[in-house]
Amino acid sequence: MKRARAFELYVAGVCVILGILLVGQVRTQEYIGKSQIPSRRLEDLSDMLRRSDAERMILEKEVEVLREQVSKVVEGEKTAETIRAELAKARMAAGLTPVEGSGVIVTLNDSKRQALPGESPELFLVHDNDILQVVNELSAAGAEAVSVNGQRMVATSEVRCSGPVISVNNVRIGPPYEIHAIGNPDALDSALHMRDGILDTLRAWGIEAKVQKAASVQIPGYKGGLYFQYAKQVLEGAQK
Amino acid sequence: MMLPAIGLIVGIIIALLTPLRFPIKYSQYIAIGILAALDCVFGGIRAGLQGTFDKTVFISGFVVNTALAAALTMVGDKLGVDLVLGATVAFSIRIFNNVGIIRRYMLDKWFKRRLLREEESYERR
Repeated sequence: MKRARAFELYVAGVCVILGILLVGQVRTQEYIGKSQIPSRRLEDLSDMLRRSDAERMILEKEVEVLREQVSKVVEGEKTAETIRAELAKARMAAGLTPVEGSGVIVTLNDSKRQALPGESPELFLVHDNDILQVVNELSAAGAEAVSVNGQRMVATSEVRCSGPVISVNNVRIGPPYEIHAIGNPDALDSALHMRDGILDTLRAWGIEAKVQKAASVQIPGYKGGLYFQYAKQVLEGAQK
Repeated sequence: MMLPAIGLIVGIIIALLTPLRFPIKYSQYIAIGILAALDCVFGGIRAGLQGTFDKTVFISGFVVNTALAAALTMVGDKLGVDLVLGATVAFSIRIFNNVGIIRRYMLDKWFKRRLLREEESYERR
């Protein structure tokens, strides 16, 4: 009987632990039951939570990267916009784009007066010089764009005698010469009509010169090629 | 035979008096711990009844079995295999075996007692 008592004591000790565990576990299960989630599902859910947590971390990082990219793109767009605007301005200044505005149309034609014997018939023709002078006068009066018979005057444009015709932008043009200029019509008109000015001189030779103010003058863009064989760009910073 | 029952009741009362609740995270470990304790109790009773009880074997068995079951559960958790089922099955089989042995022992004892009593009454007559 005494031996039996000894083992009963030990078993009783384990039973105490068992009882505590039982109650604790039942309470835990009740709690889980109250929250309406069976323990197996709970494991799944906690696993899912862990996974979605990790996913969220990754996504957050991605958001950061994307945000950075967006700001870079926006910045780039701003730069591109500025560059585009600058380019448009530069093209307009270079005379590559067709322009339209108020201005004058000057028409020059050879004189119909017959050269008297001993007079040079050349005096009664419109020369390259005459056109150059007119163009020069118009530019001085603030013309923003000038064309001669549809040839836009640009930095490299020439007005040169080429036998019986005149060469502008390497294109031969003949009379009647129509010079279009965009600018203040009154200013351009009065510049040409100066006393003893270019028109007075031309008219003296009987050359037909007509100046017409217009609210809308169309001037085409320069159509020739643009290439530089000798000229090299000097960057502003690199200049000595 | 009364002491283990008293011990169980005492344990339950102690737990009821304290606001004990295990973290849900460890609920599986507690469950396997309960199984280990049950197995241990029945094993102890069986050994005691058979007269082969040894306190060292009993206590070390309880500790090692519980620890092994917890380790299995943990490894299973990490591997994604329900190794805890293995421990559950093993403990369950042992419990059934032990309870079966205890039952037979008790029945034997009871029948012997009755036989003895009958013999006694027969002799008295």
